[in-house]
Amino acid sequence: MTAAALGAAADTPPPARQGRWVRSEEARGLAMISPTFLYALALLLLPVLTVLAYSFWTQDYLDIDRTFTLENYRQALTEPIYRDLFVRSLWISLVVSVATVVFSYPIAWFISFHGGVHRNLWLFLVTVPCWTSYLLRVMSWKVILGYGGVLNTGLISLGLIDEPVTSLLYNSNAVVITLVHSWAAFAILPIYVSLQKIDRTLIEAARDLGDSRMRAFFRVTLPLSLPGVVSAFLIVMIPTVGDYVTPRLVGGKDGVMIATAIQTQFGKGANWPLGAALSVTTMVLVSLAAAVVVFALKFAVRRIR
Amino acid sequence: MPERPMIEIENVSKFYGIYKALDDVSLSIAEGEFFSLLGPSGCGKTTLLRSIAGFETPTHGEIYIDGAPSLALPPNRRPTNMVFQSYAIFPHLDVAENVAYGLKRLKLTPQEEKKRVGDALDQVRLSGLGQRKAHELSGGQRQRVALARALVMRPKVLLLDEPLSALDKKLREEMQVELRTLQKAVGITFILVTHDQYEALALSDRIAVMFGGRIAQVATPKEIYQHPRTRKVADFLGGMNFLKARVLGEQAGAVSVDAARFGAVSLAKPHGFSASDGHVTVGIRPERLRLLWDDDRAPHELAGRIENRAYFGEVTHLTVGIDGLEEPLSMVETNNYGADDLPIGAEIRLAFDPDAFVLLAEDPPVSRV
Repeated sequence: MTAAALGAAADTPPPARQGRWVRSEEARGLAMISPTFLYALALLLLPVLTVLAYSFWTQDYLDIDRTFTLENYRQALTEPIYRDLFVRSLWISLVVSVATVVFSYPIAWFISFHGGVHRNLWLFLVTVPCWTSYLLRVMSWKVILGYGGVLNTGLISLGLIDEPVTSLLYNSNAVVITLVHSWAAFAILPIYVSLQKIDRTLIEAARDLGDSRMRAFFRVTLPLSLPGVVSAFLIVMIPTVGDYVTPRLVGGKDGVMIATAIQTQFGKGANWPLGAALSVTTMVLVSLAAAVVVFALKFAVRRIR
Repeated sequence: MPERPMIEIENVSKFYGIYKALDDVSLSIAEGEFFSLLGPSGCGKTTLLRSIAGFETPTHGEIYIDGAPSLALPPNRRPTNMVFQSYAIFPHLDVAENVAYGLKRLKLTPQEEKKRVGDALDQVRLSGLGQRKAHELSGGQRQRVALARALVMRPKVLLLDEPLSALDKKLREEMQVELRTLQKAVGITFILVTHDQYEALALSDRIAVMFGGRIAQVATPKEIYQHPRTRKVADFLGGMNFLKARVLGEQAGAVSVDAARFGAVSLAKPHGFSASDGHVTVGIRPERLRLLWDDDRAPHELAGRIENRAYFGEVTHLTVGIDGLEEPLSMVETNNYGADDLPIGAEIRLAFDPDAFVLLAEDPPVSRV
């Protein structure tokens, strides 16, 4: 566009037209997004392209051999250790996102439908845990879930169990519990927004046409809030697959996820190309999984009618 | 109305905090009747309609639908269906799915369901549009979908919450005719909420005029237009010239008053009439005053001069000053004889019929708390 406008200005000067383009909606729009766009280009697209390039190269200690090879992908996809880690990472992220959405939906629904004048206060309270560092929040789950932790001592003093439960910490359960808690606010907000947008008369219309409260929810509220549910799902699922800190801190041996393996390749393993191939594979897998989940959700909601 | 009552509203009040949205409303609506609730915004007409539908719970009183006390029933268990002001078309469903929405619960066979949806769409002249999405419909079409969706349920009572207010004038007039035809065809009791007096007059078998949470008058359109009970009712249902008159005498069923320059006038005595201080308000509709041209003569004439004139296409509204009257009179003339060409200040004569006067009761004071 810019080039075309400059070209036109060069041979026969139509200053009016050029001026008009500069003042047009389109030009202003482009000018508005260009800083963000350039930023994203420099810090998102270029690194991703670099990782992509590395995944097709090989490393010999400190030297990078830039001949094209698919060896890294062969390793990433066939080595049992990586396969297990992919499956576990996808599974954990799926469980985390399902659990987060299931726990967040009622909260968002309550705030939207029964929050009354205190809606903003409720939303504010939802974001309060995000004020402390992510690391601190993960560490505090260690305190809660540990052998001599809050949960175990509490249950013992209530007489519900005789000795501490060891299956709480240093396994995938701990990872799921911690992640669900960390991501709840990020799921509540998009669901809340989509619930807020629903015209309340539609729910009255459903009730008027014979639906009980429950049926009206499943036939009107839920389908119309689906965009919020889908974004909550994606917001939780995509970053969770590659999460590094949480498995590292509370996951123990059984909670190791793919990010740990990637970190090892870039660090001690000194095999950047393999690490890059693992990263790219993760990206592709999580995109596919996300697409499957989105379609499954849409299909399920269509069936409710 | 000799028919069986379909809706009986008994002493219904609704408070929001200390605000009275409905103040001791009682009303009986017959089976198959086209009934309108007419009033300005905030008069409680929508609250009353929503109480019948089950979306509001009155603080006091009871509503019987087809003989059954209904306040304890949720909206989905009442034999009523509603056409919402915003139409409330489900945006995630197409037209046929919208219309079939309430039928799903009835567990019909697919053929039966299809037939009923098809019939309902035919009824509102939307055949063939079943696959359209809500956002692809015009305002008039959305209104028809809402109507079909409610009618397909075969309710005992159809509730319409200002269904025509979002349409432009032309379409609104078309839909009025259609609504009236449809109601006669299906024979269902219709209750219409509207603030448009012409809509209420054109459509209804009977009208209830509401002010401040109370019913001011219930009557047929003709009765309510020609014999409004109070000044407010008269004013809300079109133009009215109000005059202070002095009571000359009372007979059985009649009152004679001295209506200023109009002279002595005999009026039908309304039920419960009392003129405490010997003065009453009488009214005469603008169209009951008639311009006299050149040699026209009438048994009752007044002379005046034109103070203002507004051209409305088919009619002209004139404001005529009369010596000895505090307020100028407004009158409506068809434009066949050149009323639209009369200059302001012109001296004219007008004719009136003493039988056209109505005696108006004082409005009860409105208190909503």
